[in-house]
Amino acid sequence: MLSKTTTLTVRTPEGVTFEVPIASPFSRCLALAIDVVIVLAITLILGQVIGALAFAMAAVPVLGRVMADFGSGAMIVLQFAISIGYGMSTEWLWSGRTLGKRMMKLRVIDERGLALGLKQVIIRNLFRVLDMLPSLFYLIGGVTCFLTKRCQRIGDIAAGTLVIREVESSPPSFEEFVRGERNSFATLPHLEARLRQKTSPEEARLVIDAMTRRDELESGARLDLFAQLADHFREKAEFPDEITIGLSDEQYVRNVAATLFRRASV
Amino acid sequence: MILDVEKFIARERTYWDELAGLLRLQDNQPDRRPPLDEAKRFYYLYQRTSSDLVKLKTFAGEAETTRFLERLVARAYSRLHEDGGEKVPFRPWQWLTRTFPSTFRRHWMAFALSCGTFWIGAAFGAAALKMNYQSKADFIPPQFSHLNEKPSKRVAREEKQDFDAFQGRHAFSAQLMTHNTKVTILTMVTGFLWGIVTFILLFYNGILIGVVMFDYITDGQGVFLTAWLLPHGSFELPAIFIGGQAGLVIARTMFGWGTNLRLRERFARIRSDLLTLIGGAGLLLIWAGIIESFLSQYHDPQFYPWKIGLGAVQLTGLILYLALCGRKSPDKTNSPA
Repeated sequence: MLSKTTTLTVRTPEGVTFEVPIASPFSRCLALAIDVVIVLAITLILGQVIGALAFAMAAVPVLGRVMADFGSGAMIVLQFAISIGYGMSTEWLWSGRTLGKRMMKLRVIDERGLALGLKQVIIRNLFRVLDMLPSLFYLIGGVTCFLTKRCQRIGDIAAGTLVIREVESSPPSFEEFVRGERNSFATLPHLEARLRQKTSPEEARLVIDAMTRRDELESGARLDLFAQLADHFREKAEFPDEITIGLSDEQYVRNVAATLFRRASV
Repeated sequence: MILDVEKFIARERTYWDELAGLLRLQDNQPDRRPPLDEAKRFYYLYQRTSSDLVKLKTFAGEAETTRFLERLVARAYSRLHEDGGEKVPFRPWQWLTRTFPSTFRRHWMAFALSCGTFWIGAAFGAAALKMNYQSKADFIPPQFSHLNEKPSKRVAREEKQDFDAFQGRHAFSAQLMTHNTKVTILTMVTGFLWGIVTFILLFYNGILIGVVMFDYITDGQGVFLTAWLLPHGSFELPAIFIGGQAGLVIARTMFGWGTNLRLRERFARIRSDLLTLIGGAGLLLIWAGIIESFLSQYHDPQFYPWKIGLGAVQLTGLILYLALCGRKSPDKTNSPA
């Protein structure tokens, strides 16, 4: 099996590089299950409607016979059209999202990060016929998905597409950890300046990451991490005891973050 | 130099929110064409947000905001940069009179291989039946079990039956259309497996036809067979061959003979041709399904010459259409594979 990559890295003509998270086979499987249920439901409802129409017209001499036969023919064509056309129409109309993908927050995109084209939508849905073999078990598509580096089924490879995760997020509020409590380091600007001077961008990144993700950590890991960070920054600029006494490791790092990011300018 | 992230976010957030709002608007109304001013503003916001992303990565390295901006820039980038070829409007008449026949001719060798494989299969089926007639049942799949009946018996029975225009005709037509379309799509997409399964499917379907043809002809039912199969077969078989043709175009792309392009680039080059071929095959199958349901199954001997005549006209017309149509004005919309 090829080593998996979890992100698509795109470098734009403007020179900007960004990463897009690729959907896992499991989330794609769930989206597919939702879509299958939706297709079945649509087919069932249409079948009931056509059946009711045929029943209502059964009493009419010629029209009743025509409708009964036409109804069963229409049903066969509709079943086929819905099973093939559902993915095509929804992915085209909703920019790469079927209902299942919307619910699972997934989206089909061009593998270069561009918008999905109509030809790509049609090709990837036509190849579903191969991906879902044998029978309807999706074995070929599933195995290909597991074997390819970017989790692409055969339809994706042929159409040049891949499925990404869409995560809605907003920029974190710095007020909560920078302004939330008083920064006691601010009383000693010369030591703050030394701390900023000795801190590299990588170390600053580490501080911000630790602060923004602290609530995701288990309590033990959180204590360890902030203890290590606080020890590290204590060596960079030695603040007097009257300021640091009674400060927890986390509060110490919070003060470091406030020192590094609040007063600096671009 | 370290960025004041708090100030930076406070200053730039309005622009990010505006960009996110425009993206939401486009998501909710995909068919909407934004006015020029809005498109210009969108581009400005994309550039500004891209620049913010670079600044943030270089001077601050703040993970959460960076991730947020990456997602925003990714969405805006995909909106702004589309494949130029997609914007060519679809013209049905031009497609029918130029694009489809010229695409067909461009890949004529794949068609010849597809057609040849089918008829080799037919010859094999006929030869197998000639050597051992008892093996007939082994070649006929369960869904066509009615073909196991002796041809002369079936012909005698069918020719006595009245034709009912409505009894099961719509359903039968629909079944044929969907089944044949599935077979054609399958013949095409299995080309991805280096054409092996495409060849097998063509050969197998050829065996079936070969067995049936040999059975009816040796039983003295050649005229019945021609009047039964030619009206719809003149479109149905070429449609399946075109499906096989598309499958072999895919197989050639998989092998990558004569090019050093990567697989994704090779596929990008044949996508238009594949859709054209499968679209053409689909149209032929729809017509074949209608003819098969409403005409081919009507077995009155006095109409045999008319049925055979219609089938011959259709086949000749199709050959002329595919061979000659659109020759004087070569199609420039598709690139050669």
